[in-house]
Amino acid sequence: MFLINCPFCGEREQSEFKAGGEAHIERPKQPTELSDDEWAEFLFMRKNIKGVQFERWNHAHGCRKWFNIARDTSNDQIKAVYKMGEKPTVK
Amino acid sequence: MSKNLRFKSSKLVDETYRISFKFNNKTYFGYKGDTLASALLANDVHLVGRSFKYHRPRGIMTAGSEEPNAIIQLHDNTSRTEPNVRATEIEIYEGLVASSQNCWPSVNFDIGGINNILSPILPAGFYYKTFMWPKSFWEKYEYFIRKSAGLGKSPKEADPDIYEHKYIHCDVLIIGAGISGIMAAKMSAKNGLKTLLVDEKSFLGGSSIYDNSEFSKINNQITSSWLEKEINEISKLENLEIKTRTSVAAFHGYNFLLARENLTDHLPMNQRENKIRHRLLKIRAKKVISATGAIERPLIFDNNDRPGVLLSSAMKKYIDLYGVACGENNILFTNNDTAYETAMSMVQRGIKVNAIIDNREEIDSKLSYEIEKNNIRIFKGYTVVDTYGYKRISGLSIMELSKDGQKVIGKKIKLSCDSLGVSGGWTPAVHLFTQSGGKLKFRDDDQVFIPNKYPSDQLSIGSCNGDLSLEEITTNTILSVKKFLNINNTDYKTFEIITGINKSKRNIWLLPSDKILGKTKSFVDYQNDATAKDIKLALREGFRSIEHVKRYTTTGMGTDQGKLGNMHALGIISETAGTKMGEHGTTTFRPPYTPLTFGTIVGRNVGKFFDIVRRTPIHDWHVTNNAKFENVGQWKRAWYYPKVNENMNQAVQRESKAARDSAGILDASTLGKIDIQGTDASEFLNRVYTNAWSKLAIGKCRYGLMLNEDGMVYDDGVTTRLDENHYIMTTTTGGAANVLEKLEDYLQTEWPELDVYLSSVTDHYATISVCGPHSKKIVSKVIPDLDFSDEKFPHMSFKNTKIGQIKCRVMRISFTGEQSYEINIQSNYGKSVWKKCMEAGKDFNITPYGTETMHLLRAEKGFIIVGQDTDATMTPIDLQMDWIVSKKKYDFIGKRSLYRSDTIKDDRKQLVGLLTENPEEVLEEGAQIVADIKKSPIEMLGHVTSSYYSPNLNKSIALGVVKGGKKMLGQKLIIPMENKNINVTVADPVFLDKKGERLNAKL
Ligand SMILES: [Zn+2]
Repeated sequence: MFLINCPFCGEREQSEFKAGGEAHIERPKQPTELSDDEWAEFLFMRKNIKGVQFERWNHAHGCRKWFNIARDTSNDQIKAVYKMGEKPTVK
Repeated sequence: MSKNLRFKSSKLVDETYRISFKFNNKTYFGYKGDTLASALLANDVHLVGRSFKYHRPRGIMTAGSEEPNAIIQLHDNTSRTEPNVRATEIEIYEGLVASSQNCWPSVNFDIGGINNILSPILPAGFYYKTFMWPKSFWEKYEYFIRKSAGLGKSPKEADPDIYEHKYIHCDVLIIGAGISGIMAAKMSAKNGLKTLLVDEKSFLGGSSIYDNSEFSKINNQITSSWLEKEINEISKLENLEIKTRTSVAAFHGYNFLLARENLTDHLPMNQRENKIRHRLLKIRAKKVISATGAIERPLIFDNNDRPGVLLSSAMKKYIDLYGVACGENNILFTNNDTAYETAMSMVQRGIKVNAIIDNREEIDSKLSYEIEKNNIRIFKGYTVVDTYGYKRISGLSIMELSKDGQKVIGKKIKLSCDSLGVSGGWTPAVHLFTQSGGKLKFRDDDQVFIPNKYPSDQLSIGSCNGDLSLEEITTNTILSVKKFLNINNTDYKTFEIITGINKSKRNIWLLPSDKILGKTKSFVDYQNDATAKDIKLALREGFRSIEHVKRYTTTGMGTDQGKLGNMHALGIISETAGTKMGEHGTTTFRPPYTPLTFGTIVGRNVGKFFDIVRRTPIHDWHVTNNAKFENVGQWKRAWYYPKVNENMNQAVQRESKAARDSAGILDASTLGKIDIQGTDASEFLNRVYTNAWSKLAIGKCRYGLMLNEDGMVYDDGVTTRLDENHYIMTTTTGGAANVLEKLEDYLQTEWPELDVYLSSVTDHYATISVCGPHSKKIVSKVIPDLDFSDEKFPHMSFKNTKIGQIKCRVMRISFTGEQSYEINIQSNYGKSVWKKCMEAGKDFNITPYGTETMHLLRAEKGFIIVGQDTDATMTPIDLQMDWIVSKKKYDFIGKRSLYRSDTIKDDRKQLVGLLTENPEEVLEEGAQIVADIKKSPIEMLGHVTSSYYSPNLNKSIALGVVKGGKKMLGQKLIIPMENKNINVTVADPVFLDKKGERLNAKL
C-alpha cells in the first residue's frame, strides 16, 4: 500500500485514493475533425510500461482533487506528484 | 506409550501447573508453557499425522512456525474447530482438544497409506497427466481425490470469537526479538525513537535465550544470562512497545505491514469470554528492522521423513526450553557444527547420544572435541543412506561418502536409534524481506541467499541477514543499526565472544545413496510429499524455471510454503541442470508468512458491519407496512408491499394496476441528486448530455442521457433548471457516485476553464413520487397553496413551494407514463410528508408501490433502465433513442464515437419490444433469442432484458436486445428454453399509450 503525497492534503494512505489511468492524454478539442483511427488512438490506446509511468490519481476519500503522479511500475516508487496542468518534474 | 521423557528444571515450563489435554481422543498431561508439540513429545508421541499424497506416518519435525508435518485440527466443536494449526506453535491450555488431520480412519491405521505402496505410479504431475483424460471422467475422479486429500475440516457454524483491526504508526518496527532484535530495540528506543518490537513466540530472546552452555559466552557471561539482563532492561524502556505472540504476516511496499497479535489462544476456554481473540495490526513504520532469524535446513536422504526425525536445533530447543527429550537413544546427522550444540545439551542432561554422523571429513571445533571426550562416536565423512521403522524411526544405515560427495563407498553400517536430529546448516529467513520487494544475492561460501537490495527504508540484521555466528551477529548489528537509525551513542561497546563452534560446512543438496534415485524417497517438501526424484523428473520433462518446477511438483505449495525444503529444491535443480544457484530464480514467498484465520482478516466487518446499509428517510414506514426490500447498491429499497396471503406476483399486479387506475406512491429518495451551480452550468450540461440544454427555461425539467467517451450509454435522469445558473441533476440510484466522479473528472482535468461547482445532495432530500389519474388531487390536498393546473404547472416543469413552513421542490415528471408529481423535501421531513400523501390519497385508493412495480410500469412505456436494458455496449441509437441525440451540437461526451465504423453497423444489438405468441407466457429475463433453431451451432441474436406480465394490457410484454432488431418489426423469433421453444414477435418497445396522453389524463 502506497503512501501518496496529495498535493492538496499531504501524505495519505493509498486506500483514500483512486487510480485513473494514464496521465497527459488530452481530450481532442475538435473530435469531429478526427478520423476513426485518430479518435481510436485517443479512446483506446494506453501505455503499459515497465519503468516510470505517468498516472492520474484522485483523492476520492479526501479532497476529491485529481492530480498526477510519476510512478516506477517496477518497484512502485513514486518519483513525483504534481497538479493537473503541470509538467512532471522527472522523465 | 507411557514413557515420560520430561526432566526437571527447564526454562519455559512451570512444573507446578499441570494441564490435561486430549489428542486423538486420548488424554495426556503437560505443563504450563508447553506447546502441544513439546507436551506430546514428553509423552513420547511422535506420530501426529499422515502425509498429503502417500499418507506416510509423519511426526513433529521442528519447534516453530516452519513446521511442515505436525499440523492438526484444533477444537472438536463445530463453530471453533480450526484446521492446519501447527502443534509447534499452539500453547496448551486446560481442556485443549486436538486431532490429526488427513488420515482416515485413524492416524495409526490409515487407508490412504496404500498410496505409499502405489507410489511408483504416483510421480510428480500424476494427477495432471492421468485424470485429465477422458475429460468426462473428471467428475468421478474428483470425488475420490478430494476425499483422500483434504487438509483438515473447516468449521460449519459461525465463528463465536471476536476479532479486531488496529492501526499502528511507529518510527521503527523491529520484527523478531532474538539477540539482534533485542539489541536493535534497545538502541532505537534509547535514542528517542518510537519503537515497536514484535515476536511470534510467547517469550523474548529467540534461540539464544536457551544458549546456556559454557561454550557460548558474551562478555564472560553465559549467552542466555547476558540476554536475560538485556531483556530485563528493555522491558522498562518508555519508547518501546513489545508485543509477543505477534506474527508478521505480510510486508508490503512503503513499509506497510500486517501482523497478527494472538491474545487468547493460550488461555483456558473459560478465560476467553468476551475477549478479543486475534488482532490484526496494520503497521505503518517509518523504518523497519527485520531480525527474523534463520531456519535450520534438513538433509535430503532416503526415508528422511519418519516420525522421530527432527531438526537438530528443534531437539535442542525441546531439551533446553521445555525439558523434553525427543528420544532415549539419539543420533545426530549433520554437515556443520550446529548438531554439536544439540549433542552438548543432551550430554549435559544425561540424554544418550548414540552417534553423530557428519558429512565432513575434518571437524575442528572445541565442542566436537568435548563431545568426543564424552565417548560419543563421530562418523566423519559419512552419510545416512536409509532409515528404518514405520511409525517411528528404529534405526538407520550409514555409508562413507566419496571424496567428491557424489557417491557412497565402503560397507553399510547399521545403527539403532529412536530419534534422529538432522542439520543441513541454516537458511536466513528472508521471506518478509522478499515479500516487500527485496532482491536477494547468493553467497557461495555457505550456500545461502541473503538480502541484497532494500526496496524501502528497511534493514535486515542478525542471522536473517546471513550473520550466522554470535560474533557476526553482535558486531554487525551494532554497526548497521547505528548507521541505519543515524545514531552515535549506544550502550554497547566491544564484545568478547566465546563460542564452541565454527562455520565450516559440507553442503550436498541431495545426499548420495547406494540405491538408484528411482528407488528412494528423499523428501524435499514434507507437507506436499515432493521428493528429489519428482524434481529431477520435472527437469527431465523440460521444466526449468523454479516457478514451473514448483507448480509441477507442488514443492513449496503447502501451508508452510516450503520453509524447510525450498533451498534443496533449488539446489537439486541447479545441480541437475548444471547451472549456478540463483540462476533459476528463487520462488516468491507470498503473504501470509504463516496462515491467518478468516476471522483475523475480516475483523469486525461481520454481520451488520459487513457492508454499509443505506436507508431512506421513509424506511421505517415501509417496514411497518410490510414492504419486502431489494438491495440496490448499498440502498435498501422497498421492492413490493404484499398484503395478507399475497405473493410477489399478486402484489406487483395489484400495485401496477392501482398506479394506472387510481394513484400510486413511490419512495424515490435513493435517486442520485447532484446540485450544479456556476455561470457555465448550462454549457457544462451541453457537453455532458447528448441533447441540448442552453435553451431550457428556468423552471423546466428535461430528461438527459449521458454517454461514455466511447459512445455507450452511461447514465440517465431528469435535470431541472432551478435558476439561471443553478440546476439539479438526478442520476440512477446505482450510478450516483460514479456520475459525480466522472463529472468532477471532466471539470478538473478537461474543462478547468468552466465556472461550475458540483455537490452531491442525494441524502439531503427525500423524494416522494405520486402518480396516476388521481395524483393531482392528492398533491393539491397536501399543498393547497400551489396551483396545480396544467396551464400553470405543465408536465416537465417544477415549482418551489412550501408544505407548512418547510420549503420543498415539486417536479412534474414521470417515469411511469402517468401524470406524476415528485415532491423533494428536506430528508427529515420525508416520512411526515409521505404520511400526509397517504392520508390525502385515502379516498383515491393511493397504493404504495415498490421497485418491481416501477420497473413493470416503465417497461409498459418502453423506458429503459440503464444497467438492465443496457450494458456498456449500447449506444442511444441502438436503444432507438435517436431523438435525444442532438444533431446540432458540435460536441458532447461520446459524440464522435457514435459514427465510428463499429457503432454505425446495421447488425448491432438493438433494443426492441417482444410479444409472446401466447399472451400468458412470461419470458425469462436473460433468455437467449434466436431466429433459426435448426442451424448448428445456433446463432444467438440477443437476449431478453426486461420481462413482465402487464395487468394494464393483460398480456406478457418484454424488452430485449436483438442483432439488427430495428429492422425486424413484426418478425417472428424464438426463445429456446430448457423444455420448449417460445415463439415471439418483434414489436415497438412502447407498449402502452404511444401518444403520451395519460400524462395529462383527467378523471
Ligand atoms: Zn487531497
